[in-house]
Amino acid sequence: MTIRVLRAGALATVQDLGRPGMQHLAIVPGGAIDATAHRVANALVGNVGDVATVEIALAGPELEFGCDALVALHGARFETELAGSAMPAARPVLLRAGTRLRIGAAKEGAFGYLAVAGGIDVPPVLESRSTYLSGGFGGLGGVALAAGSALPLVRDAAELAGARFAALARRANPVDVAGTSASSVRWSAPAATLPQTDPMVIRVVDGVHAELFDQESRALFVRERWRVGAASNRMGYRLTGSSLALDAPRDIASQPVCCGTVQVPAGGQPIVLMADRQTTGGYPRIAEVIAADVARIAQAAPGRSAVRFERVTLDAADAAREAAARHVDELLERLRWEFGDEGD
Amino acid sequence: MAFAPRVVPAGDSAQMLELGESLDLEANRLAQRVAERIRAAPPEGVIDVVAGIVTVTVHFAAASAAQARARREAVSQALLAALASGTTGASPDERRAIDIPVCYEGAYAPDLGAVAAATGLPADEVVRRHTATGHRVLMMGFAPGFPYIGGLDAALDVPRKETPRARVEAGSVAIANGQTAIYPFATPGGWNVIGRTPLVLFDATRDPASLLQAGDRIAFVAISSAEFGELERR
Repeated sequence: MTIRVLRAGALATVQDLGRPGMQHLAIVPGGAIDATAHRVANALVGNVGDVATVEIALAGPELEFGCDALVALHGARFETELAGSAMPAARPVLLRAGTRLRIGAAKEGAFGYLAVAGGIDVPPVLESRSTYLSGGFGGLGGVALAAGSALPLVRDAAELAGARFAALARRANPVDVAGTSASSVRWSAPAATLPQTDPMVIRVVDGVHAELFDQESRALFVRERWRVGAASNRMGYRLTGSSLALDAPRDIASQPVCCGTVQVPAGGQPIVLMADRQTTGGYPRIAEVIAADVARIAQAAPGRSAVRFERVTLDAADAAREAAARHVDELLERLRWEFGDEGD
Repeated sequence: MAFAPRVVPAGDSAQMLELGESLDLEANRLAQRVAERIRAAPPEGVIDVVAGIVTVTVHFAAASAAQARARREAVSQALLAALASGTTGASPDERRAIDIPVCYEGAYAPDLGAVAAATGLPADEVVRRHTATGHRVLMMGFAPGFPYIGGLDAALDVPRKETPRARVEAGSVAIANGQTAIYPFATPGGWNVIGRTPLVLFDATRDPASLLQAGDRIAFVAISSAEFGELERR
């Protein structure tokens, strides 16, 4: 039971929620750069708990399904093609064995997640199936999808697909995807992390070194329309705009950094540390993206999107975290209901 | 310590204990002990406890505002409590001692000549001094299993290379800014490579994956290229 990769696309990797708890050995948690979209994609095919999806950056691969599979594509919106028709986005789609799915360029957002009922069944490494490209481990042997690679599915992927789609059909009549052998549903899951404005507004709290920056730089940081540089990747988003400067040069002993840390190297252009960042860093930290917005900034497309930062208090960050968590929890609960789980 | 230790938020999902601003060996030992103490009995919701050179950061998860506030407070209290009992616990000489065999010859030591020239010491004296002192892992960072090692002989304090090497081989033992590093993977790197160890510093499929951890006592032991080949085969 596999999905064959016919064409690789820009960068597609197997991801789950990563490997927390090992940062003291300089092993970064990594995992899906937009963890929210990954979780919703899994819920769209009835997966419970954290199983691996295919994370697709900017331009997707072309895939051939070796068996029936229940799939969903969530997060970034892509051009897709299924035997001449578009694959319905953000909803469960039952694909028949032999189907070819072409995922083209991202129209909105940067990272999409292709979930399959049962998950991508690569062996866990250090307790996670996520691909860590810099370390060369996890996922498909530590590397991105390439033409000719095979994504392993669980043994009963086809049975799961049939059973779960039957459960969906008990809630509401399914629909055929015109011109294809695929079936889907009439509803879709809303996007939770895609940019709603241009520039995208990203909330931050002050970083531990915010006060070391000069007044003008601190004001500029939240005023500037920062472009997301084309060299941005899973490790960090390189922003371009005005240069930020410290009051005086400072030597900072390397310290642990976070996903969402905004650091400013000597050149003055900020870098937002993302999922595959290093665990420690020695550049001044002007700000930290709040937990509620880490998955959102991940969807700012390198080379295309712009962001503006809004400084908030820790209390506001906590309130935003709760609102975001509740929004996702409600969505996941509704999706579980669609698969026949009545809940408690 | 002149610096007054304090706990500050490192974003909304981590709290950081600052014990100093620049490298201070006593503060570094304390940071490691505080981190180990919290890792041994972490407050609820703690994901990662990471020691920097003179800092300790505790990453936590939370689902609600009330939980975030409570966990932030509990983490801060735990950091301060661990700091307060800081002088007790494992003393430096009770730490794990690990010998690192290093071949300081030929192609394994591409920058040894440059280090000798920069320090005014003969190459064999650079090697003698690197193997004569006791070293200690100050911090793990940069890449999985990558140690920043303190204890370098003061005469070997050279800056990073002006132009980083495009490829530093796995196992390379390199010095810069008063410290030694060992590269677990082949990567670009700016430190001066003076030797190579046949030991595998990191293997994701091994348990434990990382050969070293913060606080380990390190002794570098010179080996010949024949011994390197022998150890590498094992």
